[in-house]
Amino acid sequence: MTLSIRQTLMTAVTRCTLIGALATATPAFALDIRIGYLQFVPDQGPVLSNVIPEPEDAGLRGTELALADNNTSGKFLGQNYLLETRVTDSEETALAAFTELQDAGIDLIITRIPGQTLRKVVESADDKTLLFNAGARDNALRTASCHANLLHTIPSHAMLTDALGQWLKQRRWQELFLITGPTPEDKAWAEAFRRTSKRFGLDIVEDKPWTFDADLRRTASKELPLFTQGDDYDAVVVADVRGDFGEYVPFNTWLPRPVVGTQGMTPVAWHRVVESWGAAQLQNRFRELSGRNMNSEDYAAWAAVRAIGTAVTAISEGDAPAIRDFLFSDKFDLAGFKGRKLTFRDWNGQLRQPIPLVHPRGLVAQAPFEGFLHPESEMDTLGYDKPESKCRINN
Amino acid sequence: MRTLFKQTALAAMIGLSTPALASLAYVSNEKDNTLSIIDTETQEVVETIDVGQRPRGILLSKDYTKLYICASDDDTVQVFDLATRKIVDTLPSGEDPEQFSLHPNNKHLYIANEDDAIVTVVDVETKEVLAQIDVGIEPEGMAVSPDGKWAVNTSETTSMLHWINTETFEIEKNIVVGQRPRHVEFSKDSKIAWASAEIGGTVHIIDVDNLEQVHEMSFKVPGVSPDRVQPVGIELTSDGKYAFVALGPSNHVAVVDAQSYEVLDYLLVGSRVWQLDLDKDEKHLYTTNGVSGDVSVIDVEDLKVIKSIKVGRYPWGVVIDPTS
Repeated sequence: MTLSIRQTLMTAVTRCTLIGALATATPAFALDIRIGYLQFVPDQGPVLSNVIPEPEDAGLRGTELALADNNTSGKFLGQNYLLETRVTDSEETALAAFTELQDAGIDLIITRIPGQTLRKVVESADDKTLLFNAGARDNALRTASCHANLLHTIPSHAMLTDALGQWLKQRRWQELFLITGPTPEDKAWAEAFRRTSKRFGLDIVEDKPWTFDADLRRTASKELPLFTQGDDYDAVVVADVRGDFGEYVPFNTWLPRPVVGTQGMTPVAWHRVVESWGAAQLQNRFRELSGRNMNSEDYAAWAAVRAIGTAVTAISEGDAPAIRDFLFSDKFDLAGFKGRKLTFRDWNGQLRQPIPLVHPRGLVAQAPFEGFLHPESEMDTLGYDKPESKCRINN
Repeated sequence: MRTLFKQTALAAMIGLSTPALASLAYVSNEKDNTLSIIDTETQEVVETIDVGQRPRGILLSKDYTKLYICASDDDTVQVFDLATRKIVDTLPSGEDPEQFSLHPNNKHLYIANEDDAIVTVVDVETKEVLAQIDVGIEPEGMAVSPDGKWAVNTSETTSMLHWINTETFEIEKNIVVGQRPRHVEFSKDSKIAWASAEIGGTVHIIDVDNLEQVHEMSFKVPGVSPDRVQPVGIELTSDGKYAFVALGPSNHVAVVDAQSYEVLDYLLVGSRVWQLDLDKDEKHLYTTNGVSGDVSVIDVEDLKVIKSIKVGRYPWGVVIDPTS
């Protein structure tokens, strides 16, 4: 029985891959696909303004949802997806957990770990392992330190700031007041935004580091107006990734101007307010599973596991190299609830995707915007394009 | 003088009787929780009616006395009486009903429950739930073959067509198609099923006797980026000549030769075109355009868009009552 199902599948697959593959109604499980999830989120330290904490299981819940999605499809095709989870609290334990997963023979691994930990993981990975980065937004992982077996489903800083830059440009809000926080992440975000401003002809009229260490809950209204004094500007751009002071910037600026960036209106991979293109159903499923709203890390992890599922449905194989080949073929497209088919950039493994621009209770717009043209895909106007990246992971 | 009077009187009579004879189109407005009723003679909205929350799929009973409405956020199917224009009843539907299809027996309603990955079969007379069938993630499109043998469900995230035997309520076959299948339309003789895949950008032609794909179509709309070409609704003319395919955010409807599967033309309509329906003599095709909030009217003979009619926000489904 099992054999005949496999044969039916295999024949169908060789004939025409995804399309036209047939399956019997309720096959016995014939194929196990094992997926690992590795998480390490460094302690952010005390933050002032982020009164509403970020969920600690972001990424993991997205992985679990996609696993359930894959299994619902899998039950019609004789495919069973299994998850091994490792949530760690230091780089050291994360690296050890990664080795454990590899030793257990798991070679499809979703990671939500910092960029520098990810580099070490990539170094210790064997040739077969396929990694999906659902946490690190570092541009360098997409422009210089790429790896053939490292895919990124989380957008890079550059994709996010380009989305914001396109929006500012089309609103013609071009003179900007940039405030940058003290952490390396803040600086990386701000650096990405500076690149964006050059790319889209925006003008950073003030570029100030945030140096205050006062408790702004008491004095925000007094300190921020003074801090944001300056000649005229169209908007204030905040680079405060962990949410230390940024939430206090809106409505406290010297001039009556909107606040965008990591606070105010923010570019994200995903947010509760995204509901078009069937997203309402994904949001509902996620809330039912986790009892909270889906965020960018959840989405990135979900997209990674769904990419695996889409490949396995098509090729009826759970082998990492075969999955990788399929993901970079022209047969792959991911239905990612963003109104476009999502594919991987073949030079650096980044998942192309539209970027929603949101405020806490609403969607403002979704990049790319009309008028920002690209010969291949409009989505490639976001982030480092092929000529701007040194990576060529497929040749 | 007398002749003139007669003619005037006749004209007046025709004028008076036209509204009663005019065929009516019903449009569900997803974000307005309303139903727009369009007079297909004047091509104007004659009434807007409040219905349940997030109305999406709509269909007519086989005797054309009722309109069934999926009120998705109310988790119910509403029964709208066409004569009195009132909601007269509700049916158990399972959670989040999106699309549905009525068996030719006028009794068995097949409902896709998008959030629950099941298809619910309800007897519309007894309101009894006859079966709940497990399908893939996000069941969406639902169609029953005109001969009543098959009910087909599309599951969007699982990318399959599930073929349900209408006697046993069991799935007999699953066919994997392109990403995010949305809609299935049967030919009048029940021999061919057309299935659209929104993200795959394809339409799959299934031979119903063998349950196998015999052809796969893709579309190239001039000047539109390929990832915006997203097939959703399909409508076939009963003479077997044309298939019309709504191509979503490409804002075009493809005109397809239903025999050779060749694309003959692309017609520009409103923004994000999803569903479509032919009027009673198949002279005009009505399309719902979600983002622009209107309905485009296409002249089938000339293959030209002749009018756009403003309706509510996010019009989703359209059906035309051929008897009214």
